[in-house]
Formats: sequence, C-alpha cells, structure tokens
Amino acid sequence: MEEWLYIQTEVYPALLKGFWVSLQLIVPSAFCGLVIGIMVGVLRVYGSRAVMAVADTYVALFRGIPLVVQLFIWYFGLPYIKIYLSPFVAAVLGFSLCSGAYHSEYVRGALLSIKRGQMLAAQSLGFNKVRMIFSIILPQAIRRALPGCGNEIIYLIKYSSLAYMITCIELTGQGKILASNSFKYTEIFLIIGACYLVMTSVASVILGHLEDRLLLPGFEHHRI
Amino acid sequence: MPESLIAIKDALPYLLRGSLVTLIVVAGAMALGLTIGVPLAVGQVYGRPALRRVIGVYVWFFRGIPLLVLLFLFYFGLCTALDINLSAFTVAIIVLGLISSAYQSQIFRGAILSLPEGQFKAARALGMSDLKAISFIVLPQALRLSIPGWSNEYSILLKDSAVTYALGVAEIMARAHFVATRTYQQLPLYLTAGVIFLVLTYLGTRGLRMLEEKVRIPGYSAHGL
Repeated sequence: MEEWLYIQTEVYPALLKGFWVSLQLIVPSAFCGLVIGIMVGVLRVYGSRAVMAVADTYVALFRGIPLVVQLFIWYFGLPYIKIYLSPFVAAVLGFSLCSGAYHSEYVRGALLSIKRGQMLAAQSLGFNKVRMIFSIILPQAIRRALPGCGNEIIYLIKYSSLAYMITCIELTGQGKILASNSFKYTEIFLIIGACYLVMTSVASVILGHLEDRLLLPGFEHHRI
Repeated sequence: MPESLIAIKDALPYLLRGSLVTLIVVAGAMALGLTIGVPLAVGQVYGRPALRRVIGVYVWFFRGIPLLVLLFLFYFGLCTALDINLSAFTVAIIVLGLISSAYQSQIFRGAILSLPEGQFKAARALGMSDLKAISFIVLPQALRLSIPGWSNEYSILLKDSAVTYALGVAEIMARAHFVATRTYQQLPLYLTAGVIFLVLTYLGTRGLRMLEEKVRIPGYSAHGL
C-alpha cells in the first residue's frame, strides 16, 4: 500500500514532469535536426566546392565527436568565450547540430540515388537549379531518406537522456533524483527504461505510418 | 604561451592515459558484443519461433533504452539489489557490451540472410550437421561480410563510451572534466577531448579496414552487396 502511495504521490508527478521536458527537448531537436540535415545534405551534393568542403567538415566533426563532449562544449565550454546558454538551450542546440549531421548523410545518399534523368527532365522543362532541387529532386529523395532519418530520430529520443549530464532535468534526471532519494534504483530505472521503450516504439510505429502515407505509387520498389 | 595552451599541454598525458581506458572499455564491449551477438544472430535466423521471439525481445529491450538509463539501472540498481560488487569500469563494459550485442546481432543476421541459401543446403547435403554447417560454412562467410557494419559499431561504441563518465569511469571525458573544473579552461580542454576522439575514430576505422582486407577471400566481398 505504501509503495503504491509513493508511486502515486512522488514517482508519477515527477516522471510526468520529466517526460514533458524530454518531449520539449526531442520535438524541436528532431525538427531542427531534420531541417539542418536537409539543408546540409543539399549543399553537400549541389553546393560549390568550397561550400561542400565546409559542409563535409561540419559533418565529419559532429559525427566524430561524442555527443556528450559536444554538449559539454556548448554548456560548460562556451562560457569560456562569454557565451552563456541555459541547459535546455544548450541541449537542444547540441542535439539539433549532431542529428543534423547524421540526417545530412541519409539525405545526401538519397539525393545521389535519384536518377540523373529526373534532373535533365526538370532542366529541359525550364526549371532553374533551386526549383529543380526543391520541387523535383528533394520530394523524391526525402522519401528515400526517411527510413534512415527515422532511425536517427529514434536515436535522438534515446540520446535526449544525455541532457541530464548538462543539468537539464528531463526524464532520466527526474529518475535519478527520485532514485537517490528513495534508494529504489532498480524499480525507478526500470520504469524510466519502460518509458523510453514506449517512446521509441511509438515513434517507430508513427514513422512507419508516415513512410506508408508518403509512399508514391510507382516508387514502392525503392523501399528497403 | 597563452594559458589555454599550457593547460592543454599539461593535461595531455593525463588525457591520453584516459584514452587507454576508453579503448579498453570499447574493446571489451566489442568482444562481449561479438560473443553474445553471434549466437543471437544464429538463433534469430535458424532458431525455433519461441527462441526467435525471446531474442527479438532482448534486442528490442537493449536497442530501445538509452545507454545512460541502462548504466544507472545496472550500476546503482541491479548491482546493489543483487549484492554484486562490480566496479564502474566493469559495469561500463558489460552494459556497452550488452547493448552492442543487440546491434551486432542485427548486423550478423543481415549478413547471414544475405548468403545464398544454397550454401547451407549444400553443407547439409554433404552430411554436415546443422551446427557444423553454421559454424564452418555460414559463419566464416557471414562474419567477413559483417566487418563493414562491425567497424561502424566501433565508432558508435567509442562515442558512447564517453557516457560512462556518468558512472565515474576515468576515461577521456571524465579526465577532461576533472582538469577543466580545476583549471577553468573548459573550452580548450573539451575541444582537446573531442580531437582525441576524432583521432581514435579515424585510427580505429583505418585498422578495421585493414582487417577487412586481410581476412578477405578473393572473389568474396561485401562490395557486391
């Protein structure tokens, strides 16, 4: 009975609060990450040589440095040059830039997989380069990149737990506080784990549906 | 010399000793992931439906929960509850290894499924038992095909190993943080840690590519896949 009361009065409200913070971290980061990923992906395929080099360096750096280190740089490192970010902003910035780098890889691969004929056809119809990319190539490429980008969003859900390490108290952080107060580490972290399992499973179902919804008749055979 | 460079220079030997810890954690986790991952993959391809379902749940569990939560669960939770006394270092290797085994099993499963079915049938036709056919015919080919995916796993584990700092494992990140809080040279030191990780990723993937070349059987490669 006591246990139940404890769960009702302490665990549930705290985890709910943490869950909202997690969601507030994940949704904007996923969105910004996708936008960055698409932009950088386009620049890496169609940009001038200098732009390509810059974009490639960005991707190499943000994929090669662990996310924890990146978060520490944004939160603990930037004050060194007098830039002060709140834990939440630092976390969203870190997540967006990191997942943007990964998204750009999928987008780039998808862009390169679109047949040249599509481009030539668009050009012969008088499209300029920007319009060709945004109205002909990208709509096809994004559909192909979706499985990879979806995986990346699921990674993001899991990596959002790292925000706890830069003192942004989200789901994992709330769990850690609860567990250190009650010493019920196993129970609390199993509950937290279950929350993440639900989040990742729901996300993968939603992404699967999205993939089906966006499917164009005649283009199905590219699905993996 | 500016203060930041002095701090980096002084901290570098200490950080590099940390990279040894990081590499041991990564190597341990990869080895553990391999030993668990291969049987899991074989079970998922050739096992009975019940076994396949159990392995599916295992993979879903370890792929769906964040590393940080699992680290806390094992280190603060299970180790205390079951009264096992393990160091943070050991727990880090075990947890990273278990997570990696779930991912590695999928790499190996993909490789096994990519082999032509005739290979297994031919082995059976020659009188090999299932086990023999799997371990002498299927796996030697499948493991070679999995090396590219496997080297990805190396760079993922290398980056994830930085999270074990949360348990107090004295790897690169933890050491950079110790020095940074003492010298107030946060940005330079974290950037140095980042550079060390970049170098380790680069060297590791180079090494694994060499391994791929070395164990290659002429005429058999992943390039056709």
